[in-house]
Amino acid sequence: MPLLSMAGIVKTFPGVRALDGVSFEVERGEVHALVGENGAGKSTLMKILAGAYSADGGSIAIDDKPVVIDGPKAAEALGIGMIYQEFNLVPDLGVIANIMLGIEPVRGIFLDDRAAAHGAATVLAELGIVLPLGRPARRLSVAQQQMIEIAKSLVRKARLIVMDEPTAALTDRETDALFALIGKLKAQGVAFVYISHRLEELPRIADRVTVIRDGRAIETRPIAAMPQDDLIRLMVGRALDAHFPQLPPVAADAPVVLDVRDLCAATHVNDVSFAVHAGEIVGLAGLVGAGRTEIVRAIAGADVPTGGTIAIGGKTVVVRDPASAIAAGIALITEDRKAQGLVLGMNVRENTTLAHLNAYTQGPFIDHKAEDDVTSREIAELRIRTPSGEQIVKNLSGGNQQKVVLAKWLIGQARVFLFDEPTRGVDVGAKAEIYVLMVELLARGAAIVMVSSELPEVLGMSHRILVVRDGAIRAEFTREQATPDKVIAVAAGVAA
Amino acid sequence: MADAGEVKAVLDARAGDVRSQQQRNLAVRVAIAVVGFAVLVGIVNVLTHGDFLTVGNITNVLRQITFNSIAAVGQTFVIITAGIDLSVGSLMGLTGVVMALFANAVPLDNGVLLVIATIVVGIAVGCAAGFINAVPVVRLGLPPFITTLAMLQIARGLAYILAHGQPVPLNSNAFAGLGTGQFLDRVPWSILVMVVIVAIFAIVLTRTRYGRYVFAIGGNEEAARLAGINVVRTKTLVYVISGGCAAVAGMLLMARFASGSPQTGTGYELQAIAAVVVGGTSLMGGRGSVIGTFFGALLIGVLNNVMNLLNIESYTQQIVLGVVILLAVVLDELRKRFFAR
Repeated sequence: MPLLSMAGIVKTFPGVRALDGVSFEVERGEVHALVGENGAGKSTLMKILAGAYSADGGSIAIDDKPVVIDGPKAAEALGIGMIYQEFNLVPDLGVIANIMLGIEPVRGIFLDDRAAAHGAATVLAELGIVLPLGRPARRLSVAQQQMIEIAKSLVRKARLIVMDEPTAALTDRETDALFALIGKLKAQGVAFVYISHRLEELPRIADRVTVIRDGRAIETRPIAAMPQDDLIRLMVGRALDAHFPQLPPVAADAPVVLDVRDLCAATHVNDVSFAVHAGEIVGLAGLVGAGRTEIVRAIAGADVPTGGTIAIGGKTVVVRDPASAIAAGIALITEDRKAQGLVLGMNVRENTTLAHLNAYTQGPFIDHKAEDDVTSREIAELRIRTPSGEQIVKNLSGGNQQKVVLAKWLIGQARVFLFDEPTRGVDVGAKAEIYVLMVELLARGAAIVMVSSELPEVLGMSHRILVVRDGAIRAEFTREQATPDKVIAVAAGVAA
Repeated sequence: MADAGEVKAVLDARAGDVRSQQQRNLAVRVAIAVVGFAVLVGIVNVLTHGDFLTVGNITNVLRQITFNSIAAVGQTFVIITAGIDLSVGSLMGLTGVVMALFANAVPLDNGVLLVIATIVVGIAVGCAAGFINAVPVVRLGLPPFITTLAMLQIARGLAYILAHGQPVPLNSNAFAGLGTGQFLDRVPWSILVMVVIVAIFAIVLTRTRYGRYVFAIGGNEEAARLAGINVVRTKTLVYVISGGCAAVAGMLLMARFASGSPQTGTGYELQAIAAVVVGGTSLMGGRGSVIGTFFGALLIGVLNNVMNLLNIESYTQQIVLGVVILLAVVLDELRKRFFAR
């Protein structure tokens, strides 16, 4: 009898079927690894288990008894503990207060500090870990904060703990300590769901592994029966689909448009060098957090470069802020359009001209006619589905919002386009249109750098692929050489 | 994309439709507002036995709101960037004292020159104070609530020190015209100044690149920065504008009373914020208008005036004002929810 069994779980987001009938079981005292590409559906599945999302279909049973998880409290009551990659700690509270958050023992109307300290100390002693109890959480190391999260789950009587990328920010020694702790709890019957991109660590910690791909659970096997090659093949298994347009070959004599040499930034960009030719798309592949976004942000002046040179069309340019990068002909299409790309409360017209308002003024005044003209043109060319240029962009769909971001940069004179996750949260139709647009940019002699967490997209839409890990470029493949396995192997640190 | 031209034509037509639709909506709203306003004025007029609707009283109301509405215009810019300026009341006092001292100290026989020089000095002081407000905000990311609260204290203290704790009477009567005189013997100068300032800054906010950037920063500062907008300069300037507007209000107050008093403007920062908020500007930033602020100040002024005419005592007046501010914001929020999408 499994501890947890999820059956036929379905979850649909607008335009995307995130989970398509996933079944998943966890035994008592088992560490069950859950692997898959970014966006495969792992996190969605776990969020349903933790009560953060509600499933559209399927059933969940604990100890063979059907349960309804309609919120985080319900999950907690069922003994499910969730440790997200971003911890849920109150930075200014101490260790005890964080462990006891929301379940503080009281005497009458007053907090019972002694009981709280006792409860926290008991759990920590069981875990065999020592933490500076009085110190606020923000002054503890990542590993220590993680220990608090684990203790938090156990105080709440968790029998199943979900950990999302627990080792991503740990040193080797801290990882060893974490694994020892997991082993200890396992022996006491606590089960774990272990989500990780670090495939090489799975044999050390996991008992079984389930591969999720495109919202489906593809296969579950004991880890001993799952060689790494099989794992990678199962993760990326689909054939590259034919949704990508034909990439025109880069002319043999195409000039270098963007030349980056020894670029460094405080955001963990370490000595990055590469060149992009006119009419070429260079894809930056790598895991989330590998430093791909940081590289393009440094080129675009969103973060200030601390070293190295950037040359556009053979001329070195000084990038110290976004304005200087834009003036040099660099356009950054950011990954998070709501936080960084758009002013959501403004309309399509105002967003379209925001970065190039100089060109739409007469004397000190904005030329509304010129603004209207360019906005109508872009709406037509990019097929932005909006009632008019006066529509507030907040009310547009994700794909159309993304097109407004593109319009903002297309109306300028940029020669270098840095696309960071250009199709995230965009429906299939809009995706195809964005790809076509990229090819059109190539025909105009643009150089494109594309960051994408979707491997098929990187492989299908790049002339060359650079694999990034820990803020540096670890491997380069031509389109012909690149295979999903090779790229994943480098990205996950298994090869090169 | 062969049909891009057609689509554009359709869109142009549709943009025209949308705009004429918007104009129709605006016309309807204005009509409703005018009718409602007329009815209200009629009722008030009857209640006050005809005292409200006289040229003298209306002029009086407008003259009383000049100080608040001018300070509130600058405040509007700050609040649209999601900031706040608590120092404007103190700056009215400080600039009034500085201008009175300056006017008394400078040996200029030409009255017009004296007035101009004094105003330039006063505005410079207000703008400098605004600049000081802005620096910790734009450079260190400190909350404007704190930096302008500090300036509220500093400027007030400075005003008292400079004035030795006493009002500084003007020696020259060069300011009498500005204070109590009338343009073409009809419109008080202070009202004219208010109208000009409201008009200029309404145009700056809605028609210029700078105004667009103010809205963009209030709506999404990071997106604005990544679009190459000089966020530091734009934000600094809103505090400078606010300080400058406070100085103009301080100048009018000084001219009106023929002296610069260090206690002038106490509590006016909250009056100004009330006018901005009642005028429909969002404290969350990204949304608002100078015209709205003017009508906010006007509404508060009319209310005060009517309550005075009705002999409502001042404690009750405060309660009514508080309720009106709350109602205005609640109604605005409900309207937004109702018309959302």
